[in-house]
Amino acid sequence: MQSNAALEYDYTVAKLFTYTTILFGFVGMLIGTLIASQLAFPELNYLFGEYGTFSRLRPLHTNIVIFGFTISGVFATFYYFGQRVLKVSMAESKFVMFIGKLHFALYVLLAVGMVISLFLGMSSSKEYAQMEWPLDILTVVVWVLWGVAMFGLIGMRREKALYISLWYYIACFLGVAMLYLFNNMEIPTYFATEGLGSIMHSVSMYSGTNDALVQWWWGHNAVAFVFTVPIVGMIYYFLPKESGQAIYSYKLSLLSFWGLMFVYLWAGSHHLLWSTVPDWMQTMGSVFSIVLILPSWGSAINMLLTMKGEWNQLTDNPLIKFMVLASTFYMLSTLEGPIQAIKSVNAIAHFTDWIPGHVHDGVLGWVSFMIMAGLFHMAPRMFKREIYSKKLMEAQFWLQTTAVVLYFTSMWIAGITQGMMWRAVDEYGNLMYSFIDTVTVLHPYYAIRALAGVLFLTGFVMFAYNMIKTMISSRELTEEPQFKSPMA
Amino acid sequence: MFHWLEKNPFFFAVGVFLVISFAGLIEILPNFAEASRPVVGLKPYTVLELAGREVYKKDNCIACHSQLIRPFKAETDRYGQYSLSGEYAYDRPFLWGSKRTGPDLHRVGNYRTTDWHENHMWDPPSVVPGSIMPAYKHMFTNVADIETAYAEAVTVKNVFHTPYGDEFKGTRAAWEAHKPKVLADAKKIAADMKNKDVKEAVEAGKVPEIVALIAYLNRLK
Repeated sequence: MQSNAALEYDYTVAKLFTYTTILFGFVGMLIGTLIASQLAFPELNYLFGEYGTFSRLRPLHTNIVIFGFTISGVFATFYYFGQRVLKVSMAESKFVMFIGKLHFALYVLLAVGMVISLFLGMSSSKEYAQMEWPLDILTVVVWVLWGVAMFGLIGMRREKALYISLWYYIACFLGVAMLYLFNNMEIPTYFATEGLGSIMHSVSMYSGTNDALVQWWWGHNAVAFVFTVPIVGMIYYFLPKESGQAIYSYKLSLLSFWGLMFVYLWAGSHHLLWSTVPDWMQTMGSVFSIVLILPSWGSAINMLLTMKGEWNQLTDNPLIKFMVLASTFYMLSTLEGPIQAIKSVNAIAHFTDWIPGHVHDGVLGWVSFMIMAGLFHMAPRMFKREIYSKKLMEAQFWLQTTAVVLYFTSMWIAGITQGMMWRAVDEYGNLMYSFIDTVTVLHPYYAIRALAGVLFLTGFVMFAYNMIKTMISSRELTEEPQFKSPMA
Repeated sequence: MFHWLEKNPFFFAVGVFLVISFAGLIEILPNFAEASRPVVGLKPYTVLELAGREVYKKDNCIACHSQLIRPFKAETDRYGQYSLSGEYAYDRPFLWGSKRTGPDLHRVGNYRTTDWHENHMWDPPSVVPGSIMPAYKHMFTNVADIETAYAEAVTVKNVFHTPYGDEFKGTRAAWEAHKPKVLADAKKIAADMKNKDVKEAVEAGKVPEIVALIAYLNRLK
């Protein structure tokens, strides 16, 4: 191929992962809305017998939105912009193409296995690492295939320098691989005996306090390397592409990237404040959580300053709005997290609803918004049609923004209320409230949160509808749009 | 240096890996051996208790219940002595949880009884008015997997030297020899229960999930 000829990128695999992003996003958020409603209206626990209780469904919600929705979004965006920033097409190598398709096929198999096994209650009970050992092995295979596809494309590249977004994706690949392997070290009991009991069952290599440390080293950094690192990678690609603006500062990108890599891992022990892990580890977790504000805000400010002098785009392009709001929520969330990691604040916040509140202003406001914006940007270029409806996108934006605000405000109030009530004492120093008092008082906030769930889910359905219409019936484009995505 | 790294993916990846890996080394390794040590007198879980722990994991009780009492007066007043690292030495995995939609359970065995749990798991609001916990009636009919629990006990004995007796061997014969002991433990729990189906099942040599779960919860002290 001549070097000056326009490359025809092959989006087969990117499209496949786009479909699963939409599908898992819907299913994961649907279950999320259901379990949020169960806390407000407990009768909803009995819809599906033993398979429908809050406790059984909660890991399904978390696993589907993390490993279904978000990871699909990471893969979809990778197979899209990976080719473009490396200036190489998937179609140029049969091998990479094959690996990409195999990657997708095994990923779907894994997702199905995950959903079935969690419904059946096959769970290691380690948060976000519930899958039992056969699925853990399949996860490793899927992950390695992604690595092969990524480094395969990198090996063929025409553009020698790796673009910033790829730094983040490489880090995502390595970080998750390391953490996942160590946290899921387990021994299948069937093979450690003469075939006694269930073949699916395994026992953790670590016990008690050590298990907790390894688990939260994973749990916290799964947030780092799934919900932060690749999402920052996305915004570094999609915001300049959609706005036509160059990244504000290369040096700030460097500082933020390497700073984030170094600092994030230390902060895991802030999930274990006041626990039985040694005090010095807890303090390390607190301190590094505070330091983490620097690289997090570094990226976010870099994004906002990229829009310098072009803020008018905010009014006429809803996609810019999604991305700017996403980076704003990223700033909120990465300030809130360190505050909760201060030991005296954590004493109140830990174990309360403030924690899911914090998680969701990050994952709804930052992760979901960014993934949806990315897919909206990709759709006209992959399907060669303009986006079906700008109006619908605008409505979705405001509906979901309202939902996020309702979600975290209600959970802030709920969390702090509960934290204060647990410790309240009367004039004689006796506890003022029995535990159930601190549950019933939360009903209105649980109801508001359920409503927030319904609103966000509705917005997601609007997104899905808009995407599907764009794929099949929107006006066809004759040439690829330069920057702003065309929309009707 | 950074420009050079960006053009050399291999060294870039190595660089990232080095930067992300040593926090874990520094925070996890130094205390590893000490944190594995049990408190004096800690007994490993019986097979029935392990089976109950599996039920606890299967129905994911950690979604709403912690097993970690923090060193605050408000917590020790409510739940008892704050938790010590060595108490968890045989917990694989740890079940501290991260959210208290319901109360902490680390010492629930001190202040709740078999009878209380039986009524509560059948219909929580009838015991605790206003409770939003769902009923777990299926635990009264589902059968607990005691064979897997035994396999787990043997595995941790062989691999991690958890102090189970010499009779714990990975053979089917050893399991068949141990099984009556598990059923005897189950009978003791069932004797304090009133549900007829549960009693019949235990008489017939089966262990309903609720029996194993209560054995585990009673053990938490």
